[in-house]
Amino acid sequence: MLDKPAPVLALIHRRRPLSCSAGYLTQVYAVADAEIQKLRHDPSELLTRALQPAIWLLLFGQVMAQVRGIAGDGRYLDFLAPGILAQSVLFAAIFYGIAAIWERDLGVLHRYMVSPAPRSALVLGKAASSAVRGLAQAIIVYGLAVILGIDVTFAPANIAGVAIFIAIGSALFSTFSLIIACIVKTRERFMGIGQVLTMPIFFASNAIYPIDLMPGWLKAISYANPLTYEVDGLRALMLTNGASQYGLSFDLTILVAVTVLLVAVAARMYPHMTT
Amino acid sequence: MSVSSQADEMSIIETDALTRRFGDLTAVDCVSLQVSSREIFGLIGPNGAGKSTLIKMLTTLLPPSSGTARIAGFDVVSHPAQVRAHIGYVPQLLSADGALTAYENLLLSARLYLIPRKEREMRINAALKLMDMESAAHRQVQGFSGGMIRRLEIAQSMMHEPVVMFMDEPTVGLDPVARRAVWDHVRQIREELGTTILITTHLMDEADELCDRIGVLHAGRLQEVGTPQELKARIGPDATLDDVFAEITGTEIVSGGSYRDVRQTRASARAHS
Repeated sequence: MLDKPAPVLALIHRRRPLSCSAGYLTQVYAVADAEIQKLRHDPSELLTRALQPAIWLLLFGQVMAQVRGIAGDGRYLDFLAPGILAQSVLFAAIFYGIAAIWERDLGVLHRYMVSPAPRSALVLGKAASSAVRGLAQAIIVYGLAVILGIDVTFAPANIAGVAIFIAIGSALFSTFSLIIACIVKTRERFMGIGQVLTMPIFFASNAIYPIDLMPGWLKAISYANPLTYEVDGLRALMLTNGASQYGLSFDLTILVAVTVLLVAVAARMYPHMTT
Repeated sequence: MSVSSQADEMSIIETDALTRRFGDLTAVDCVSLQVSSREIFGLIGPNGAGKSTLIKMLTTLLPPSSGTARIAGFDVVSHPAQVRAHIGYVPQLLSADGALTAYENLLLSARLYLIPRKEREMRINAALKLMDMESAAHRQVQGFSGGMIRRLEIAQSMMHEPVVMFMDEPTVGLDPVARRAVWDHVRQIREELGTTILITTHLMDEADELCDRIGVLHAGRLQEVGTPQELKARIGPDATLDDVFAEITGTEIVSGGSYRDVRQTRASARAHS
């Protein structure tokens, strides 16, 4: 670059060998890859995050398995495992907002925002990195499930389906978290609200008990909760005799639609974090 | 400053009555400024004078309340994407990612600026070489000294060969040796790439030594613009830039900015030291 001064500059800006959409994907990948490299430098976070699903399956699951009838005729641990998988993805994704605020406080976010990358590419890049994190979580939960003798299937189509649901679920909740971060703006407030948000999302869903057991008002909330459809899809795909209550394509449509909506909202709000 | 061609005479940065208000506070008040191609322009002023707000508007991070600004011919409000493609920005805050290596930070920038895949390696290596950090390429940035982080951030901001570079207090928190190294690199970028550079500082010796022209910002208004020599000559024969600064900013006590300013300055000073 230094051998050929000023004219190069004009050249670059005129000649764009990458087509628009390829450029967009490059920018999404740039953001996602940076996050993945960070995870590669320090994977300890993945292991500490594995503790939570382990505790739910080992402590909560073992006790609740003694209660007959929660999961109909099936075994409760089989019922619980997909719920805990969805939960671990949710809990990992929901703290993406904290990371976003942290990046803003440091100044790293300014570097993203002055780049020519479309704001939605930046949001999607973060969402994609969350998907990778979610998939790493899933491997750990699968390991735990096998150890506990849960009836997990390893049919390639099912594995692929689970991966898709995990990826979209992670993208959805990390983008939701980013929107919350754009609203609350400080880490302290986010810490408070993060707890307040994750618990209702988790409990007002079919993750650890069927919606049929809920009172009417809670049922209504659960039907409006994307986590319900995430869990429903995982329940159908993860277990040997799994079945979906609402239909896999319905689950997937809901999740994709909500994700697209959230990405669009986040792309509008994200730039305001640096002002 | 020698002007080599017609094209070089055009203003690369051009603002007209640029204004930004936050509620009742007018942070930047009717600033009209022209910076020519290949110029190193220094913006000086006390804390809270509006330097960072002005830079944020010029880098498209903050929309103006009124007035216009054009960078390399592109309006910051109507064509933000084109403006972004033509500028480099070194924020006052720590913008290199500490959890990544220098190489990974540069790769991130190369991809965001859509530098073609074939050229990435070459440009990253050239940037590392220009900033004297080839040996540190694959080390994580959190182990770097403040001077090295600054040089990396400058490298990240110039890889796409921007027409203009904005540097917000690039030497804050650096020791004199590291500061001088940054100055040398800034001059080198201008010489080798022909980049126009706008720099904010509150160090008078930095402004005096590095900048071709200086603008003095006070209470959001651009009070004076001129070469360091011109500004000093206006005050008196033996005047220094400190005298110019004191004259323009008046008897008002420089209070040191808001809590947020102090927190940010110290945080970045800590990170960069």
